[in-house]
Amino acid sequence: MTAPARNVALFVTCLVDLFRPSVGFAAVKLVEDAGCRVSVPVQTCCGQPAYNAGDRADTRDLALQVMDAFEAYEYVVVPSGSCGGMIKKHYPELFAGEPDLARRADALAAKTYELVSFLTDVLGIERVDARFERAVTYHDSCSGLRELKIQEQPRKLLRTVAGLTIAEMPRSDVCCGFGGTFAVKYGEISNEIVERKTQDIAASGAPVLLAGDLGCLLNMAGKLSREGRTIEVRHVAEVLAGMTDAPPIGGTTAGAQR
Amino acid sequence: MTVHTTSPQFKQNAHEAIHDAPLQKALNNMRTGFIERRALAAAELPEFEALRDSARDIKKHTLQHLDLYLEAYEKKVIEAGGRVHFCRTPAEANAAVLSICKARGARTVTKGKSMISEEMGLNDVLLAEGINPIETDLGEYIIQLRGEIPSHIIAPAVHLNKEQVEADFRRVHTHLPRDRVLTEPTQLLTEARAVLRERFLAADVGITGANFLIAETGTSIIVTNEGNGDLTQTLPKVHIVLASLEKLVPTLEDVSQLLRVLARSATGQDMSVYTTLSTGPRRPGDVDGPEEYHVILLDNGRSAMVGGEFGDMLRCIRCGACMNHCPVYHAVGGHAYGWVYPGPMGAVLTPSLIGVDKAGHLPNASTFCGRCEAVCPVRIPLPKLMRHWREREFARHLTPAAFRSGLRLWAFFAKRPRLYRFATRIGMAGLGLIGKRRGRFKSLPLAGGWTNFRDMPAPQGPTFQARWAKEKRVR
Repeated sequence: MTAPARNVALFVTCLVDLFRPSVGFAAVKLVEDAGCRVSVPVQTCCGQPAYNAGDRADTRDLALQVMDAFEAYEYVVVPSGSCGGMIKKHYPELFAGEPDLARRADALAAKTYELVSFLTDVLGIERVDARFERAVTYHDSCSGLRELKIQEQPRKLLRTVAGLTIAEMPRSDVCCGFGGTFAVKYGEISNEIVERKTQDIAASGAPVLLAGDLGCLLNMAGKLSREGRTIEVRHVAEVLAGMTDAPPIGGTTAGAQR
Repeated sequence: MTVHTTSPQFKQNAHEAIHDAPLQKALNNMRTGFIERRALAAAELPEFEALRDSARDIKKHTLQHLDLYLEAYEKKVIEAGGRVHFCRTPAEANAAVLSICKARGARTVTKGKSMISEEMGLNDVLLAEGINPIETDLGEYIIQLRGEIPSHIIAPAVHLNKEQVEADFRRVHTHLPRDRVLTEPTQLLTEARAVLRERFLAADVGITGANFLIAETGTSIIVTNEGNGDLTQTLPKVHIVLASLEKLVPTLEDVSQLLRVLARSATGQDMSVYTTLSTGPRRPGDVDGPEEYHVILLDNGRSAMVGGEFGDMLRCIRCGACMNHCPVYHAVGGHAYGWVYPGPMGAVLTPSLIGVDKAGHLPNASTFCGRCEAVCPVRIPLPKLMRHWREREFARHLTPAAFRSGLRLWAFFAKRPRLYRFATRIGMAGLGLIGKRRGRFKSLPLAGGWTNFRDMPAPQGPTFQARWAKEKRVR
C-alpha cells in the first residue's frame, strides 16, 4: 500500500501568474511527478511590495489573506525564493507579539517551501526526468540564497537533466539589481548593477541563463535583450520539468531571444 | 549639525557618480579585493561564525548596561590620570577639543583616522581658530589635500586612482623636485611618509579615534595598518581621543574577541598591523607618552537609540564589510550617500543622526539583497532596520506621493482576489497579444524607470489562474 499523496497548495506568485504561467505549470508537473496532489487556491500576492515599501497595514491584510487561503494544506510550495522567503521568514516577524496570529504565521511558515528545495530537501528527490542539451549558467537569487539557503539544490537537480552542462558565471551570488520596486524607483542604479551582472552572465559562455525567481529573470532578460545579447533566459523549473517549448523570457521562439 | 549633507540629493549624487569614469574605475576594484580576502580569512578560522555570535552578544550586553559601563569606564580613566568629556552634540565636542587646544596654545594638530571627527566637522572648526589640523592616515591625508570627506569608513580614499593621487601630491608638495617619479603606490607612500614625518614632530596636540573603549581598565584602543596613530598619540604633549558612546566594551577579554572578527571582516587580515592600547597620560618613569589624556565621548543622538527600533545599529564596530559587499555602494561609491557614513550601515545610521526627512533616500536605495547582513561581524540585521526606516517614512507620508498612489491602487486590487483575477485575466491577455510578435516591450507607459534601461519581457497571455481554472474543468 502506498502512502497517501501529499496535499500541496501552489502559491504561484503574482509575477508567474501574470507574466509566465508556464513556470506555474512546470511547478505543478514537478510536484505531481513527485507523487503529490496539487491545488491552486485563489490568490494574488504575498504582500512583499507593500512590506518593503514600509506599508505595514496592507502587508498585514495580504498576509492574512494568504494565511486564510493556504493554511488548510499540508504544504505550500512557491516557485520563488523571494515570495517563499516572505512567507517563511517575514510573516512570523510581521505578527510577532500577537500570539494567535503569530502561531498561525509560524505554522504556515513551517510548511512553506521554495519549489526546488521542496523537491530536494523535503521529498528527497535525487533526479528529474528531463532532457535539455545546452550549457546553462545559474544565477543565485538573493532571497533564496541568503534567506532560504538555496544554492546546491537547483544545481544538483540540473546535473541530472540529460544533455545539460552547468557553466558557472563569476559572482553568481551577487544581486542582479532587481530589488522589486527598487528597479523602478532607482532605475539608474539598478541598471548599473544589472549591467555588471549581464557581463558576468556573458563571461560564463553559456547560451542559457537560469534562476529560481521571475523578478530577477525579467530584469536580467530585459537587460540582455536591450544589450542585443542572444542569451536564452528561463526559470529553472521549466528546464527541470522538461517544459521548454514556450519561448524564453522576452523571446518569441524557443531557442532565440531576438 | 556641523557637517553639510547632500543626502536629500541622493539620486542626483548617484547619477553623477555613475557617469564619473575615474570613480567607476576605482569602484570596479572593489568587486573583488576586499570580498575575496574576507572570505578567505573567514574560511581559515573554524570558529569564525561562533566568534561572530560572541561579538554580537558582547556588544548587545554592553548596550543593555551602557550606563553602568560608562560610569565604570570614566572612573578608570580618571584613576589613570585622564579625563572624560561627555558631549551631547558635535558642537559641545568641538568646543571641548578647542578649549584643550587653546589651553596649550596649540598651532598644529596631528590626527589619526576618526569618523567621529568627520561627524563633528572638527577640521573646519580648528582651521577657523587658526589651528592647523593634519591628517596622518594616508587615505585621510589624500582627501584632506582634495578638500573631500571619506568615501569609505576604513578606506577613505578608495574612490581615487593612483594617477589622481600623484596629481594632488605634485600640486601640493611643491618643495620637492619636479622630475621625481610618482607612478607606483610605494613611491606615493614614501613621499607621504616623508612629508608627514616632519609634521608629527611639530604637533602640539595629537587627536585619534578609538575602535574600542574598555570599561575594565579605562583604555582606548586603535587599530591601524600604517602606524600613524601611534606617532599621533605618543609624540605630542596632549592626546585627545574622539569616540562615541557605543565604543564601550566591558573587558580586555571581550576586546580580544572583537579584534578577531574586526580585521578579518574589514580587510581579511588576521589582525591589523598595529593594535595600540592607551591608558591615561605618561606615568612617572614612562619613557614616552603624552602629558595629558582626554577622551571626548560624543552622544549625538545615540543614547536615544538604545533599546529602540534601531538599537541594534549601535553594535557596529565600523569594519566596512557591509559596504565592501554592497552592490549599490559598488555602483555609486560612498560620496553619493551624502553624509559621513555610506553604504548599508550609513543607510541605517544616518537617518538616526541627521533625521529621516533628510536621509530618507538612503534606506530606500537598497535591493535588500542581504549580503551586508550575511557578512556583518556583529550580525546587525541591516535590511530589517532599513525596512523600519521605510515604515517610518510611510507613516509620516515622506514616501513620494506618486509611489504611494501606485501602491494604494495595487493594494486595492490585491486585496480583492476575485476582482484581481478578473482584471488581470483581461489585462494580461491584452498585453500578451500586443507583445506577442516581439516578445518584449521597448517602452511602456508609467514604467520609464524600467524601460529607460532595459526591455520589459511580454507576458505569455492569459494568467496562470485563468488557464488553471480552464484546465481544471477539462481534467
